[in-house]
Amino acid sequence: MKKMDEPSVARAKASPVAPLQTVTRVDLAEAVYRRVGLSRKESAVLVEMVLSEVIDRLAVGETVKLSSFGSFIVRDKGERIGRNPKTGVEVPIMQRRVLVFKPSNVLKAHMNGEDIPEDDS
Amino acid sequence: MIKSELIQKIADRNPHLYLRDVEKIVNAILDEITKALARGDRVELRGFGAFSVKRRDARLGRNPRTGVHVEVDEKSVPFFKTGKEMRERLNEGYLS
Repeated sequence: MKKMDEPSVARAKASPVAPLQTVTRVDLAEAVYRRVGLSRKESAVLVEMVLSEVIDRLAVGETVKLSSFGSFIVRDKGERIGRNPKTGVEVPIMQRRVLVFKPSNVLKAHMNGEDIPEDDS
Repeated sequence: MIKSELIQKIADRNPHLYLRDVEKIVNAILDEITKALARGDRVELRGFGAFSVKRRDARLGRNPRTGVHVEVDEKSVPFFKTGKEMRERLNEGYLS
């Protein structure tokens, strides 16, 4: 049996960071333009094509794994009873699908200025 | 689908591009998102979702195997919030 009086391990609190700027498709297209040398117009078309392909796969429930970046996973959630936090009224939440992003260790290392691990996928 | 399959798929649809160029395109996109998050910026992709940065406070963690306490530094973690259209597409024809 587990002892209950052990020192509790603090759970890290996650607070959103106020973003400095917002990056959009336009910036992604600009990066492709600079790095690949296609026209600006074609760079934008290609960015759209890449995103659409990822979205289409996820829409049919497929997992998309992008090594060194992270995985997008579609999860099936069963029906459950929810509650309106304001009124306390119970409402059924239908079964549904949700998308979760699992960042790779490489991405997390980049965000924390750490050494970049080998590939992990 | 994995990255190489994504690259192949895009290359198939663009016979005028070399495979290595498509590889550069996909990597340029992912690198740009990574760099933005490393700066603490937000990445918003309409129809898909938005990446943002969350900060986790330093905490006292412990090795689950040995039970030894260790200090865990504060760190930044990426967070993805699914966009409205993506959420709708995930559930299209899924609900009976």
